[in-house]
Amino acid sequence: MKFGVVVFPGSNCDHDAYHAATDVVGQDAEYIWHKDTSLKGADVIVLPGGFAHGDYLRTGAIARFSPVMASVIDFARGGGPVLGICNGFQVLLEAGLLPGAMLRNRDVTYHCEHVIVRIEQTDTPFTLGGTRGQRLRLPIAHGEGNYYADPEVIRDLEASRRVIFRYCDERGEPTDAANPNGSLNNIAGICNEARNVVGLMPHPERACEGSLGSSDGLVLLQSVVTALTHEGALRT
Amino acid sequence: MKARVYVTLKPSVFDPQGQTIADALHSLGYAGVGDVRQGKFFELDLQAGSREQARTLASEVADKLLANPVIESYRVEVES
Repeated sequence: MKFGVVVFPGSNCDHDAYHAATDVVGQDAEYIWHKDTSLKGADVIVLPGGFAHGDYLRTGAIARFSPVMASVIDFARGGGPVLGICNGFQVLLEAGLLPGAMLRNRDVTYHCEHVIVRIEQTDTPFTLGGTRGQRLRLPIAHGEGNYYADPEVIRDLEASRRVIFRYCDERGEPTDAANPNGSLNNIAGICNEARNVVGLMPHPERACEGSLGSSDGLVLLQSVVTALTHEGALRT
Repeated sequence: MKARVYVTLKPSVFDPQGQTIADALHSLGYAGVGDVRQGKFFELDLQAGSREQARTLASEVADKLLANPVIESYRVEVES
């Protein structure tokens, strides 16, 4: 199967995602320039981290109008798995594929550190290989990761089990101290209604090898390989 | 014709930058400054036949790109 890694001007984790998909997970991958309208036969699309279009105006605000996004939206609406990591998550929010928006981190500080997130739900193509409550140690690197949505949207996300990752402490408790940016309900990642589009602020693709300090991010990439290669894997 | 677009966070949305600026002003001794809200200001040079057309065009680009309706609202002023 093939990963498609979208490259916006200003993306800087595209090579990390490509490396993780190919060298670590052993799959095919191809870069997709943001002006392309073909997804080159990719089975899963990754919107990588970085600073697409310089993050001018708002994070992801200009990237959502890149030509490739119409194809990504069609792919997502057709049920194709899409993973937005960090800036990619912000692009998904601006594109309306996921609800909500990002505010400046509550302490107005860029956070570059490892955090712990808890897998909340496993019925998505990116978490089916994990277990509920499983803690992942993943790096974050962002200044605008303070997830916000109107109270009724937050209620709906919780009621429909669409919070997929939550910042937590070492014991798995979603405490305020474990929340690096002020996100409502310690939300680190969510999915769409159809559950095939997932966005998260931490970087699983940078945590796929022990030599990088953590391989906890592997579960996301391995999950989507399983989802795409084992008929019915998602229906368990 | 020039139009000005002011984009601000909705009142219900916490503004970490505005709060930091307010804290800085308070520590500088400006006890008379209460809340501070930071926003964005755009000056648009428009080709429009009338002020009403200019307002419509400015509102359209604000809806489409300049403001994110999830967290922000905007106000348009057209230069006379």
